[in-house]
Amino acid sequence: MSNSNNLLTIKDLYASVEEKQILKGLDLEVKPGEVHAIMGPNGAGKSTMGYVLSGREGYTVDSGSVVLGGEDLLDMETEERARAGLFLAFQYPVEIPGVSNLEFLKASVDAQREARGEEAISSADFLKEAKAACKKVDLPISFLKRGVNEGFSGGEKKRNELMQMLLLQPKLCILDETDSGLDIDALQVVAEGVNSQRSSDRSFIVVTHYQRLLDYIKPDFVHVLSNGKIVKSGDASLAQELEAQGYAWLQTEPTEDELEG
Amino acid sequence: MTEQIDKALAREYEAGFVSDVESETFAPGLDESVIQRISKMKGEPEWMLEWRLGAFRDWLQMEEPDWALVDYPKIDFQAISYYSAPKSMKDKPKSLDEVDPELLRTYEKLGIPLIEQQMLAGVAVDAVFDSVSVVTTFREKLEEAGVIFCPISEAIQKYPDLVKKYLGSVVAKKDNYYSALNCAVFTDGSFVYIPKGTRCPMELSTYFRINEQNTGQFERTLIIADEGSHVSYLEGCTAPQRDENQLHAAVVELVAMDDAEIKYSTVQNWYPGDEDGKGGIYNFVTKRGVCHTNAKISWTQVETGSAVTWKYPSCVLKGDNSVGEFYSVALTRGRQQADTGTKMIHLGKNTKSTIIAKGISAGKSNGSYRGLVRMAAGAEGARNFTQCDSLLIGDQCGAHTFPYVESRNPSAIIEHEATTSKVSDEQMFLCQQRGLDPEKAVSMIVNGFCKEVFKELPMEFAVEAGKLLEISLEGSVG
Repeated sequence: MSNSNNLLTIKDLYASVEEKQILKGLDLEVKPGEVHAIMGPNGAGKSTMGYVLSGREGYTVDSGSVVLGGEDLLDMETEERARAGLFLAFQYPVEIPGVSNLEFLKASVDAQREARGEEAISSADFLKEAKAACKKVDLPISFLKRGVNEGFSGGEKKRNELMQMLLLQPKLCILDETDSGLDIDALQVVAEGVNSQRSSDRSFIVVTHYQRLLDYIKPDFVHVLSNGKIVKSGDASLAQELEAQGYAWLQTEPTEDELEG
Repeated sequence: MTEQIDKALAREYEAGFVSDVESETFAPGLDESVIQRISKMKGEPEWMLEWRLGAFRDWLQMEEPDWALVDYPKIDFQAISYYSAPKSMKDKPKSLDEVDPELLRTYEKLGIPLIEQQMLAGVAVDAVFDSVSVVTTFREKLEEAGVIFCPISEAIQKYPDLVKKYLGSVVAKKDNYYSALNCAVFTDGSFVYIPKGTRCPMELSTYFRINEQNTGQFERTLIIADEGSHVSYLEGCTAPQRDENQLHAAVVELVAMDDAEIKYSTVQNWYPGDEDGKGGIYNFVTKRGVCHTNAKISWTQVETGSAVTWKYPSCVLKGDNSVGEFYSVALTRGRQQADTGTKMIHLGKNTKSTIIAKGISAGKSNGSYRGLVRMAAGAEGARNFTQCDSLLIGDQCGAHTFPYVESRNPSAIIEHEATTSKVSDEQMFLCQQRGLDPEKAVSMIVNGFCKEVFKELPMEFAVEAGKLLEISLEGSVG
């Protein structure tokens, strides 16, 4: 029985990409307001987890269940999951040339408002909010007029993801290796942005390979994902242990990469 | 994603209705007697008939072009009717009150109310229905500025000197197979004259509607911008949804005298045929403008309709320092085929041309860009910049680019850039992950791709063009 107080309940989840099973019995429970860090070696299934939860095409669920806010997540289309409050911050945000950030963001916000039965936000109000969000993530206002991620540096792309999160106000944010490719200053900006959004009704799943990000975003729980399932869970101190000792000692069975290698 | 997109591409054609209007239509067939009848219906002077017959005799000697990357069954020119007009138009209604309400309703349904009070302020419309012009709005207001905007059939009678001087001066009668046919059988279209030093006080626009079955529409447009004048003109076109193919072979000629500027925009939405390629309009069009000294002609086109498109709006940059521009968005889906582009012929010194062509192919369609840039020996210091970008949606469509470049002057500079890209899974996923449904996502990505061209359209029409793309892509994703 899953706890009905949970925001997210993943039970015994098996999922494949191109016929290759990546998630093999994943269990995770996230309560409102909690921050969970998912760590693990390359190829463990960390990014796959984010894609499966958000319903990316090509990622097939073989068995198991995922409930978000009392609703069967796996039964929803990608955009419905987003409207239900799921937000994925991408590891490599893609460019959409010619579509201004502002236009993209307003369309996203309006789509989500519409799903909640609310009216579209007025352009003036939205511009005000967007400008404030820009400031918060330390991007110049001119970025609102630029094409989505078009010609942005790695750090600017990540901050742009964060800006989207600020405007969409999701219930569950999955940050997929948001720290990759960031220098320490950018990392701090992103972490501050995330921390400012922590609240009792918003949860985070922070996926990362390194402990570094967790120095800035303090998790309530740390889980180690290895070979498609969680092999160890603990509090923030587990992350430091992992940093010191690596992942090898936790692996119960060899990963496929190791078998192939 | 391909599957999603294919499903989503099953759109509805909103302009596909038929108006219940009693028409007088010629029996199918084409010979000199048909041309004589057309000329007589229009009450034309003898010289016009002779001009038509000369073109017809030329046409008989010519061959249908086959170099374009389009494939369609041979057209039986004897199976087409060359004239069709609502009976109510026979008495030449003097005012809107006398026009058949069903005709007015047709345009209203298409979003073009012809009652002046209801119209977009600042846009005068000539509404052409099959072979006749139904009404031309705001004529008095334009006349105050000295601007002539009327059906070409009327111009032939009222302004014979201007018509004689310029008709066929830019596109020669024998220019090509379809232009020769058009010269022989054209029925209506618009005539515009902007006097010296005048800035046309309104946008001018012609809306072409094909209604009758088995008829061809052969429109003829002539725009003359006298020295130092300025005009912006827009044409739109739709047709009912029918299983048979219909031929539309138009000729548009633009004359920009010294220091004049003509901006010509097209939103082409002829019926494209169904998913399997049944029905739809064959759109075989010749459009060309000549620029005298310091003049500028700018073509902007948004092509979303027609089963087969064969169209190359061109500029002859005759005068020194003249400027030619071509901005194009061509969207093909289903089984549509489009072979479109431009010709920039640089004759004068320091002439400049810009070509921005955006092709979007979806479904099982084929889109081709075909463009010629020619620098003549006298084109000292001439410049061209060409950018053509193709966007593929799905993996069953084709995009092709055929640039032709000829330079006979070593000081001329020609630049050509081309890209091909796809609407990627990553882009779709990002949009959907933020809550957008797949249709909205595709239309947003496509609109972004077309932005450089849309910004060239007059404001009211840029919005319309964006919406048109949205409708066209409805169902592109599922």
